[in-house]
Amino acid sequence: MNRTRLGEWGVLVFVWLGLVALFGTLADHFLSATTLTTVASRLPALAVVAAGMTLVIIAGGIDLSVGSVMALSGAVLGVAIVQWGWPLAAAIPVAILTGALAGLGTGLVTVGLGIPSFLVTLGSLEICRGLTYAVCDSRTLFIGAAIRPLAQPMPILGIPPTVPVALAVVVAAQAILSRTVFGRHLVAIGASEPAVRLAGIDTSTPRVAVFVLSGALAGLAAVFASARLGSADPNAGAGLELAAIAAVVIGGTSLSGGSGSVVGSLLGVLVIATLEAGLAQLGASEPLKRIVTGGAIIAAVAADALRRRWEGERG
Amino acid sequence: MSAPAGAVVLRAEGISKAWSTPVLDRVSLDLRGGEVHVLMGSNGAGKSTLAAILGGLVPADAGQMTLGPIPHAPRSRAAAEAAGVVMVLQEMNLFPGMSLAENLFLDRLPSRFGLVDRATLHRRAVVALERVGLGELDPRMPLARLGVGKRQLVEIARALDRRCRVLILDEPTAALSARESDLLFDHIRRLVSEGVSVVYVTHRLDELPRIASRVSVLRDGRFVAEHLGGNVAPGRLIEEMSGRASPQGSAAASAPAGDVVLAVAGLERGARVRKVSLEVRSGEVVGLAGLVGAGRTELLRTIFGADPASAGSVRVGDGRAGLLRSPRQAVAAGIGMLPEDRRHDGLLLGQSMRVNALLLPGQPRARSGWIDRPAERRAAEAIRTGMEVDCTSIEQPVGQLSGGNQQKVVLGRWLAAGCRVLLCDEPTRGVDAAAKGTIHRLLREFVNRGGGVLLASGELAELRAICDRVLVMAGGRIVAEFERGWSDEAVTAAAFESAVPTSVEKAGHSS
Repeated sequence: MNRTRLGEWGVLVFVWLGLVALFGTLADHFLSATTLTTVASRLPALAVVAAGMTLVIIAGGIDLSVGSVMALSGAVLGVAIVQWGWPLAAAIPVAILTGALAGLGTGLVTVGLGIPSFLVTLGSLEICRGLTYAVCDSRTLFIGAAIRPLAQPMPILGIPPTVPVALAVVVAAQAILSRTVFGRHLVAIGASEPAVRLAGIDTSTPRVAVFVLSGALAGLAAVFASARLGSADPNAGAGLELAAIAAVVIGGTSLSGGSGSVVGSLLGVLVIATLEAGLAQLGASEPLKRIVTGGAIIAAVAADALRRRWEGERG
Repeated sequence: MSAPAGAVVLRAEGISKAWSTPVLDRVSLDLRGGEVHVLMGSNGAGKSTLAAILGGLVPADAGQMTLGPIPHAPRSRAAAEAAGVVMVLQEMNLFPGMSLAENLFLDRLPSRFGLVDRATLHRRAVVALERVGLGELDPRMPLARLGVGKRQLVEIARALDRRCRVLILDEPTAALSARESDLLFDHIRRLVSEGVSVVYVTHRLDELPRIASRVSVLRDGRFVAEHLGGNVAPGRLIEEMSGRASPQGSAAASAPAGDVVLAVAGLERGARVRKVSLEVRSGEVVGLAGLVGAGRTELLRTIFGADPASAGSVRVGDGRAGLLRSPRQAVAAGIGMLPEDRRHDGLLLGQSMRVNALLLPGQPRARSGWIDRPAERRAAEAIRTGMEVDCTSIEQPVGQLSGGNQQKVVLGRWLAAGCRVLLCDEPTRGVDAAAKGTIHRLLREFVNRGGGVLLASGELAELRAICDRVLVMAGGRIVAEFERGWSDEAVTAAAFESAVPTSVEKAGHSS
């Protein structure tokens, strides 16, 4: 890991600690176990989706379908447990596989037909939402006790088991990105796909694979979300793609591809979640919450653009 | 051209500029009326930065400029143009989706009642295009249909159409064919005779006798020498630009050619590549000459599998003859390519030298899929040393390197890959004289170790310096072949020949 990247992470950690301190001062009960539990329970789903989104964006694409794919995977999970009576251990892999298959479809169309992933996933966003309604008959499936333990705080730690799983996913995704040939190729493709192709490297397989990965992680997010709610909601994940993209951008990944980090995106998720929790505790209205969150995204992107301009002038 | 006689038009004194490191250090320049003042220097010498300061693209950190009697401190390109100082950019800033006419007059479209006056626009555009010898083009056609060379001429036409006292040209011939360059020089001479003063940035020594009234040499941001007239001994200029004595004699005589390493038979791709057959032997550098649009780039890309061929076959060494369907297959078969647009197709500019040098299918790795970082660093350091890449460390982004060093990185990548055949498309375009010599030497060493090179170049001097044989292309075909000892006239004549294939010509003796 190079020094620049550590510096970026350091800035984000600093910003996050600043937010924690700010809300800790302003709100009476912000620094409490309840807040930790609230944030910790909502965090895992967004964190793993943002991890997948980071890889897609670094490779020069974008995945707008993650919210719908998550809903579809959740519906399949719910049907498997509630209607087919499958055990959780069997239903979870099926949910993840569902997401992976959706990603495979997206990837094959994007790469095979040479269409921008923005447009393909705009389509698959609708298709997957439609499939979700079909699978669960447009109704919320109550799963209940079969899945709730995943989202209950563990003794002593005070956080649910989904949190360490999500962290492990982030660490693994970061390792793939910075330590494997596949990750190296993703970065290179995002920087200049023609250059990578002319270097004799197969670009199609990694470009499809990254969408499969993003889909699978949306499937995992469905497990987390269903565990938190104890149900599978066909309307789940609406707007999730925008939250994930916001986290990725705040985390310092370039929207035009070719650079970024998964750890940065996790810090972006933390910043957004803390901002939301803090504003809620201050009794901020929903409109105000959304305005402030939007402002934070623009501020992060503006800071990044200014930094680049400064570095560009130096170089 | 004659020595300058006019009064000083534009004077720059003590110009300094630094980004993170100093780029220009107290450089002064006088531009006289009716002269072509050439700025020479290797990449990174600061000549383009100086030109950009004159043209209002970047502000100077220190120093003064005067245009005639008045101070010249343009805050933008538009301000400089309003004062009569017009710069043609090296990186073209044109709009491919718009028509030629719109590109020419975008910032001052003739209008009536707020609507574009199409008739006037068309009439002015025809005049402007004729001025650069593009009179046969329809100004309504989109720019995207023109090749790089003609786009550069459109950019120049755009500048010429402005009332300018000072015209700044930054490596205008980099993308032009010999004929287009001749045309450009004619225009420059005409403008100069009309009293316009020209600042001409180049690193091509062969252009000096044809165009220069005065030559200023820059090195590492400092003024080194000034020469009156364009007839300066090339050895002396190279010494001044590089700060060291130039290597005596160009590429050494070649080893005798060995077995065929690349055999192309009946290769076709639409109208751009027509039934091309050729052989490259081990120990041989084969040149591809031809005008812009003759199909040199297309031929190399088709051999490499980057563009699909419709018929024909390619064989590497003793391998199987067949078509290479992708660069991946080509690389697996032992072919490497230095693409024409190395910044876009050859390199990842934001990535480090290390990443770029090892951007290969089989990069160093320990266990399957995981990069062995120490091995990777060692490999990158080896390429840095072997290719004489001048960079601060292997972690420096290649976008910060000079053109020559960038090309060495791409070359080093292929040599590390152990390929047998290299396809080089304008390998030294935008590369300074010293790095050019190094690249030629490295290519020669590669063929002496048993490799074969097929090299396309629009520069006859380059083909002469390094090639054992030269094939001339026209209209997608190979129309002539020359052994060492060919004359410029013979190759140029062959290149201009129509697409009718002629019998293979041999120029007798060797040099």
